[in-house]
Amino acid sequence: MTNEKKTITNRDVPAIYPVKTKIQVSVIFFVVLAIYLTSMTWTQSQMAGGFTGALGNMFNVMVKFFPPNTAVIPAVWGPMVETIQMAIIATTVAAILTVPLALLAAENVTTNKPLYLITRTFLNILRTIPDLVLAVIFVGLFGIGLFPGILALIIFSLGILAKLISETIEAVDMNPMEAMRASGANVFQMIWYALIPQVLPQYVSLVLYVFEINIRASVVLGLVGAGGIGLILNQQLGFYNYPNAMMIIIIIFIVVIAIEYISTKIREALI
Amino acid sequence: MIQFKDVDLVYPNGTVGLKNVNLTINDGEFVVVVGLSGAGKSTLIRSINRLVTPTSGELLVDNEDILKYRGSDLRKLRTKTGMIFQNYNLVKRSSVIKNVLAGRLGHTGTLRSIFNAYKKEDVGLAYESLKRVNIAEKIYNRADELSGGQQQRVSIARVLTQQPKYILADEPVASLDPPTSHQVMTYLRKINKEDNLTTIVNLHFIDMAMEYADRIIGMRAGEVVFDGPVSEVTEKTFEEIYGRSIREDDLRGGADQS
Repeated sequence: MTNEKKTITNRDVPAIYPVKTKIQVSVIFFVVLAIYLTSMTWTQSQMAGGFTGALGNMFNVMVKFFPPNTAVIPAVWGPMVETIQMAIIATTVAAILTVPLALLAAENVTTNKPLYLITRTFLNILRTIPDLVLAVIFVGLFGIGLFPGILALIIFSLGILAKLISETIEAVDMNPMEAMRASGANVFQMIWYALIPQVLPQYVSLVLYVFEINIRASVVLGLVGAGGIGLILNQQLGFYNYPNAMMIIIIIFIVVIAIEYISTKIREALI
Repeated sequence: MIQFKDVDLVYPNGTVGLKNVNLTINDGEFVVVVGLSGAGKSTLIRSINRLVTPTSGELLVDNEDILKYRGSDLRKLRTKTGMIFQNYNLVKRSSVIKNVLAGRLGHTGTLRSIFNAYKKEDVGLAYESLKRVNIAEKIYNRADELSGGQQQRVSIARVLTQQPKYILADEPVASLDPPTSHQVMTYLRKINKEDNLTTIVNLHFIDMAMEYADRIIGMRAGEVVFDGPVSEVTEKTFEEIYGRSIREDDLRGGADQS
C-alpha cells in the first residue's frame, strides 16, 4: 500500500522549476562566482601589502585622529552653515526648474513625440555627468567658492528630480484630466487642477529627498574646492591636522543625521 | 439641436467606431443610447464634444459643423456640452467644492483660475448645484472620502455648474449598485426636465433605459440599428439591437428600492 502510494507520488509530482531553468540558473551562478573570484585575486595582487599590511597602517593613522580638537568648533560653524545654504539654494532652484522639465518629459502630458524625446535625452545627458566632475569643471571655470558648488548641485539634482517627477506624473489618474478637457478647460488649467493636486505630495517628498542627497553631496564637493565645510576639511587634512579634521567629521555626521531625521519625518507625514 | 449626417469614424488602428450614422437630437430630449460594449455608444457620445473626431461626414451642434473646430472654438463647444463619466473622474485629493468649481474652468480665464479667484456668482452657482443634488454638506470633504453614488452626484453638480446646453453621460451608473443607480438616473432626469437640458445617456441596462428615456437609440457595430420613442420599444427590439436573447445581466433591477 505505502509502496504503491510512493510510486504514484514520484510520478505525478512535477518539479517546481523546469530542468532547463535549473541548468540555466546554475550556470549563471557559477559564472558570477567565477567573476568574483578572478576579480578578487586580481585586486589582491594590486594591493601593496594586502589586508594585513593595510590594517597595521590604518591603526597608526587612526590614533592620530584622536582626541578630536573641540576648540575648532566655533570656527567651523560658518562653513557648515555655508554648506547647508548651498544645498538649500541648489535644491530650491532645481525644484523650480524641474516643473517644466518634468512636464515635458512625461509622455502623458507631452503628446508631441519629438519634444518629449528631446527633453528625455537632455535629462539623460544631465544625469550621466557625476556631481564631482561638474564641480571640478565649475571650480576651474569660476574659481574656488560656493558658486561653482551650487551650480554643480543644481544640475546634478535637476537630473534626478526631473526624472523621478516625470515618472510620478506618468503614473497619475488621467480621468480627471479628461473631465476637465471635456468641460472646456485649457492645458494650463488641466495641469493646475487635475494634475498638480495628484503629484504635489510626491513632489514635496522627492524635493526633500534630493535635499538630503544635496547636503551630503555639498560636503563632498567642498573637497574639490566648491566651498563650505568640505573645503575646510580638505585643508585640515592637507595640513595633517588630524584632531581638527576629526572634529569636523563629527560635526558633519551630527548635522547630516539631524537633517535626514527631520526630512524623513516630514516625508512620512506627507505620504 | 445635434445632427449627425453620414458620420463615420475609423480609429487609427482600423477599428470602426461609427458607420454611416444619421441622427437628429432635438433640444430638451432625454435620449438613452443602448447597445453591447464595443457597439459604438461611447464613440457616438464622445464625438459630440470632440473627445474623439469622426473621420467623415458632418456633425452639427446648433447648426454649426463642429468637425472643423480647433483650439478656442473647440473649448467653447466643450463648455456647452457637460460630460458625466462612468468613473466620476473627480480629482480625488481635491475638495468637493474645488471639483465642482472645475466645471467653471472653461468660462474662467487661466490666471483667475490659477489663483482660485473665481467670480462670486460662480462660487454661489457651485454651491447651488451641490444643493440640487443634495450633497451640499460635504462641500469641504475630499472627493475620495465619498461613496461612489455621492461622487457621481458631485460630478453631476460639476456639470450643472458648467451651465451646459447638453449633458452627455457615458455609462453613468455602470459602477454603482442598483438603488444608487436609480438615484443618479432620477437626478439626471430631474435636471433634464427642470433646466430643459438635452441629455444623452449611454446605458446597457434595458430596464433602466425603458424607465427613464423619452427616446431610445440602439447601436450595434457602430451603426444605429434602432431609433424611436420609448413607447415603440419592446423586448423584441432589444433582442434585435443586441443580436441575441435578453439575459439577466442586461437588467439592473432594484427599481422598487429607490
